[in-house]
Amino acid sequence: MDGSAPARREVVIPGDLLDGHGLKPGSGTFNEGGRIYAARLGIVSERDGLVSVIPLSGRYIPRSRDVVIGKVTDLGPSHWLVDINSPYPAPLNVKETPWMVEFGDTDRYLRVGDVILAEILSVDEAMRVQLSMADRQFGRLNGGQVVGISPAKVPRLIGREGSMVSLVRDFTHVRMFVGQNGLVWMDGDPEGVRHTAHAIRLIEERAPLSGLTDLVREYLESAYGRRAGTPAERDGDGGH
Amino acid sequence: MTAEVISELLREHINRLAASGKRADGRAFDEPRELVVQKNYIKNAEGSARVQLGNTDVLVGVKIDVGEPYPDTPNQGVLSTSAELIPMASPNFEAGPPSPTAIELARVVDRGIRESKTVNTEKLCITPKEKVWIMFIDIHALDYDGNLFDAASYGALSALSCAKVPASKIGKEDYPLPLEHWPISVTSAKIGRTIVVDPNLDEERIADARLTVTTDENGDVRAMQKGLRGSFSLEEVRGAIQTSQRVGRSLRGIINQA
Amino acid sequence: MEGGRGRPRSVMAMEDIEHIPKELKLIDESGIRLDGRRFDELRPVRIEAGVLKKADGSAYIEWGNNKVLAAVYGPREAHPRHLQDPARALVQCRYNMAPFSVTDRKRPGPDRRSVEISKVISEAFASVVFVEQFPRTSVDIFIEVLQADAGTRCAGLTAASVALADAGIPMRDLVTSCASGKIGGVVALDLNKDEDNFGEADCPMAIVPRTGEIVLLQMDGHLTFEEFEKAMELSINAAKNIYEIQRDALRRRYSAAAEQAAREPPPPPPPRAEEVPPPPDLPEDLPPEVDDL
Repeated sequence: MDGSAPARREVVIPGDLLDGHGLKPGSGTFNEGGRIYAARLGIVSERDGLVSVIPLSGRYIPRSRDVVIGKVTDLGPSHWLVDINSPYPAPLNVKETPWMVEFGDTDRYLRVGDVILAEILSVDEAMRVQLSMADRQFGRLNGGQVVGISPAKVPRLIGREGSMVSLVRDFTHVRMFVGQNGLVWMDGDPEGVRHTAHAIRLIEERAPLSGLTDLVREYLESAYGRRAGTPAERDGDGGH
Repeated sequence: MTAEVISELLREHINRLAASGKRADGRAFDEPRELVVQKNYIKNAEGSARVQLGNTDVLVGVKIDVGEPYPDTPNQGVLSTSAELIPMASPNFEAGPPSPTAIELARVVDRGIRESKTVNTEKLCITPKEKVWIMFIDIHALDYDGNLFDAASYGALSALSCAKVPASKIGKEDYPLPLEHWPISVTSAKIGRTIVVDPNLDEERIADARLTVTTDENGDVRAMQKGLRGSFSLEEVRGAIQTSQRVGRSLRGIINQA
Repeated sequence: MEGGRGRPRSVMAMEDIEHIPKELKLIDESGIRLDGRRFDELRPVRIEAGVLKKADGSAYIEWGNNKVLAAVYGPREAHPRHLQDPARALVQCRYNMAPFSVTDRKRPGPDRRSVEISKVISEAFASVVFVEQFPRTSVDIFIEVLQADAGTRCAGLTAASVALADAGIPMRDLVTSCASGKIGGVVALDLNKDEDNFGEADCPMAIVPRTGEIVLLQMDGHLTFEEFEKAMELSINAAKNIYEIQRDALRRRYSAAAEQAAREPPPPPPPRAEEVPPPPDLPEDLPPEVDDL
């Protein structure tokens, strides 16, 4: 793959002793008496010098630099409050937008109910989150709809180097953004949106199973009555 | 300063003392505070006692009246315990329906008395299936300086020990309520690695875990309740039982002689 | 302990009383109980994880004739806001018995016994869940007893542990719960309803299996010190078996994931320019590797 040690895969349960052999504790683990234990239900992964547990479930807990989709739920004179599908509301300060917002003018730019694509700038130890929409790739998402999936399944939806998301897009031609927080925004013709939503459901329900890519491709092919002739398929992403 | 911050300073202070074998009020780890018992405190109650355990002050009243038995225990009297943490006793007590703390307190005291058969409810039967004596034990916390479990339990036992069954209500002569056992509850609190008996309010506020053990005059265990967020090892549980047996003996004497 | 309502422990219908023999033998001379078990035998226990769709985590347990459902929501914003703890998550359990769960219909709503049980179960989990990772939130645990036959708090707590893991809540270990008591003068494991009503003692406990810490302990009845020791020994040993049943339920729920993962490269990291910084739950004694926390 990418040169790091082969990963070990097994379901671990909170309290399970992890055989770190010299690795450092990563996410989803804890250290007690010099030994590393699983803190969450998930799959052990060893890479880049860390032994971690990749969770199989759980709410979205904000992390720095995650790209998220959020909904504006409130506003103040110099900030908006955004629901990012986590236990913590996330403020977006006017300084973190590309606009020159006058004090008190916030609702001219973003209103309650608006959906945005943003990035988490920082999370401190008290879990206070700061969002940013300053970069050009972020902004308000107009129209479309938002569906939610379990945040633990987001990697499966994206696929290796975006292969799963590309596969879906190739058939449905829908504009789509996948947030790390388990929210997915999509926009396109009603048929395309419907098929995309269904494909997402499939991925979420069948995430643990093998041959997921084939399953999704089969669904899309039957939905559209044609095969995909796209680079994604020809690259052989290995039944991922 | 917020309560949280004070807690941290207090915790460090108490921990430091504990590490050198001391408690803030000078007591030994296994030493309870002074117990003062005043029986027959309330004239209108069939039995009553005011108990002060250090600065924790609790008044317990026992009211006995004629009533109907529960259908599934037609030959037994009825025992019912409740507790009120009245607002004047502590800045943290609010008026209103019983909080989970008050409910737990009443139920633990009740179990200590009921399970040890302190009062033999079969002897409280007047006419089977029709008339029995109903006993209400009402705990009124007046001043809260820690360890209501024990103070309330001593108050209840003291009140029962001087209670009179108002048999004049059924045309007979009043007689003292017969007690068959004398359960004493002793609470230990775990602070870090140290276990202290009869925690005062400061110790209770920073305690990790709490274990109340009720033993009778034979040293047998009648009730136990672990509380707070921490844990005990089995060894520590054994220690708490032995402490309850030992401390219980001396406190039982005080209540008997009051 | 299941009698409740501040009343004596026996709760039976009127008709039963006349038929109770003067000396009800809960355990006979050869050590066999009314339900055929020996003194140290556990009732059959079965657990399924992930049985509800809406809850973040859930589990269903059948323990003898007990049927109990546990569900977890969280961590989620704690309400009311004045209850929020700025430093940690609250762990709030609500134990409830369905009206049809017991012989004499129980009025809906929390009674004093349910309030007390909710409290002791909340306290049992509070030191095991990594609450410092989620300040200002609440982890809400719901335990519904659908059918009761004594030992419901042990069954509920055992299922709730599985539900917490299913919800992805970080914990030091699962918590396992079991009770022992005394019947006919003999210390016995896992009393059913009749044994609890007519027996001489009941002692529920919950333990952190890996460390032996006791996080729930209650007792009522009459036990000598030695009898108490025996009761604890029975419960702690049985807890080892129950722990395996809990773990098995979780493994089965996610076995498809493990199977697939065993055959494949790991799920790819999210597409990002640079490597993922360690998230906030890095253990305290190591310095964070990135400084944006």
